[in-house]
Amino acid sequence: MQETPDLKPPLALPELILETRALSIFYGANEAVKKVSLPIPQRRITAIIGPSGCGKSTLLRAFNRMNEFLAEVRMAGEVRYRGRNLYAPDVDPVEVRARIGMVFQKPNPFPKSIFQNVAWAPAINGLAAKRELPELVETSLRQANLWDEVKDRLDASGLSLSGGQQQRLCIARALAMKPEIILMDEPASALDPISTARIEDLLFELKERYTIVIVTHNMQQAARVSDYTAFMDLGVMVEFGETDQVFTRPREQRTEDYVTGRFG
Amino acid sequence: MSDAAWPGLPSLARRHRRAALARRGFALLTWLGVALLAVLLLRVGRQGFAWLDWGFLTSFPSRFPAQAGVLSALAGTLWLIGLTALFSVPIGIAAAIYLEEFSRPGRLRSAIEVNIANLAGVPSIVYGLLGLAFFVRGLNLGRSVLAGALTMSLLILPTIIIAAREALKAVPQSLRQGAMALGATRWQAVRHHALPSALPGILTGIILSLSRAIGEAAPLIMIGALTYIAFTPDGPLDDFTALPIQIYNWASRPQKDFHGLAAAGILVLLAVLLLMNAAAVAIRYRSQRKS
Repeated sequence: MQETPDLKPPLALPELILETRALSIFYGANEAVKKVSLPIPQRRITAIIGPSGCGKSTLLRAFNRMNEFLAEVRMAGEVRYRGRNLYAPDVDPVEVRARIGMVFQKPNPFPKSIFQNVAWAPAINGLAAKRELPELVETSLRQANLWDEVKDRLDASGLSLSGGQQQRLCIARALAMKPEIILMDEPASALDPISTARIEDLLFELKERYTIVIVTHNMQQAARVSDYTAFMDLGVMVEFGETDQVFTRPREQRTEDYVTGRFG
Repeated sequence: MSDAAWPGLPSLARRHRRAALARRGFALLTWLGVALLAVLLLRVGRQGFAWLDWGFLTSFPSRFPAQAGVLSALAGTLWLIGLTALFSVPIGIAAAIYLEEFSRPGRLRSAIEVNIANLAGVPSIVYGLLGLAFFVRGLNLGRSVLAGALTMSLLILPTIIIAAREALKAVPQSLRQGAMALGATRWQAVRHHALPSALPGILTGIILSLSRAIGEAAPLIMIGALTYIAFTPDGPLDDFTALPIQIYNWASRPQKDFHGLAAAGILVLLAVLLLMNAAAVAIRYRSQRKS
């Protein structure tokens, strides 16, 4: 267990695989994330909740250096992966993204076959030889609970699947890279309730082997699925703690207002 | 439906009439354009069809209309398209990829973009002058089909770049981001995802640009393409002529028979264009089927 000196009061957490320390992210002059110190414990699900525009997606994208593709983004503070600065000059962002996977809000499968969707990234990263790909694809699709539905039509286009299936395909695609951490940016917000429920079940299964950070505006989802919850508002991390505590015995008034639905 | 049943919509009938008027007006304009093209084709077809035979395709030009043919012009045009495509397509696509995928917004990029847009509008004869000075004389290529192709490449390069860029812009960013979030480099995301998705649009742009190049006579005349040759090019450094030049040459003669030959030449030119378009459609179809 680790102490987290930045949090008040300090919390005893399992080993941290990721953390931010006084991280600020600026879009031009706008400070979207304000001095956030967020610990991400290993092999747990950490949810980041908060009203629209509070900076949670921006914070999430800092973990796999995806903010770099946006113009005029500046950062202050640190993001650490296993204690090492993720933004050090000798760190290759391509390698970071190969180890920290991401699932986006709107499913974005490639306009290629289902097989190619899952196999492409491991192939170009040199992680799997050509003959190992079929097995890797099957394993990943099974882990994403999609194998039974697509095993007879792996050559079909990824776009021919339903929305929920496409999202599970994107999850399989991320899993095929065997990442340690998976970042999920509102993965079920574009899906119907049944697909959402299937993805939430999937998260419980994945938790045993992967660390998951999930941004969601659906509080019930955060309460159901996560071990730890961070509540953000207007760029500031208002509270962080075990999910149970944050939702039933919040320390901050703003947290209580949000989780009881008084605003947001 | 009387007005009393729906008192809030008194102008419904008038709006429907206006909509019908607009629809019919646009249809009329469209069919007018099509009709003009059809009339043109029919006239050319009627005039030239009689002269179109195997002998026409395999003979050289001659003083005697009955023996004249487009062999040298057709060969020259085919050489020209081939070489022009060879130079302009890779450079054009590479420039579009650089501008759209790798360059960062800034003064340099804006300067390049403005220049390309301007060059796209420069009259083709100016490119002829440039080709004469730089390729024919400067690089000492003479009046060769190579010099002609290089000149034409410069002519159509701006439009290829613009069309290819638009095609790349139309590919959603989510595709590239999805690829890069999996640990791909930007080039891998472009090469495996953005470029294949943009291919139909890029092909259309290439075909349109090459079609323009085929029909241009002025720049070729400027660099010295001949109008009466009795040989086909054996290599890129040979002298040449092209279909538009031959057609123009025949059309400007007083004898009516040569006008018929000119019309037949136009039909051959149109056939070449049709084949190019068909090739583009075939490539597009195959690339869409693969994904």
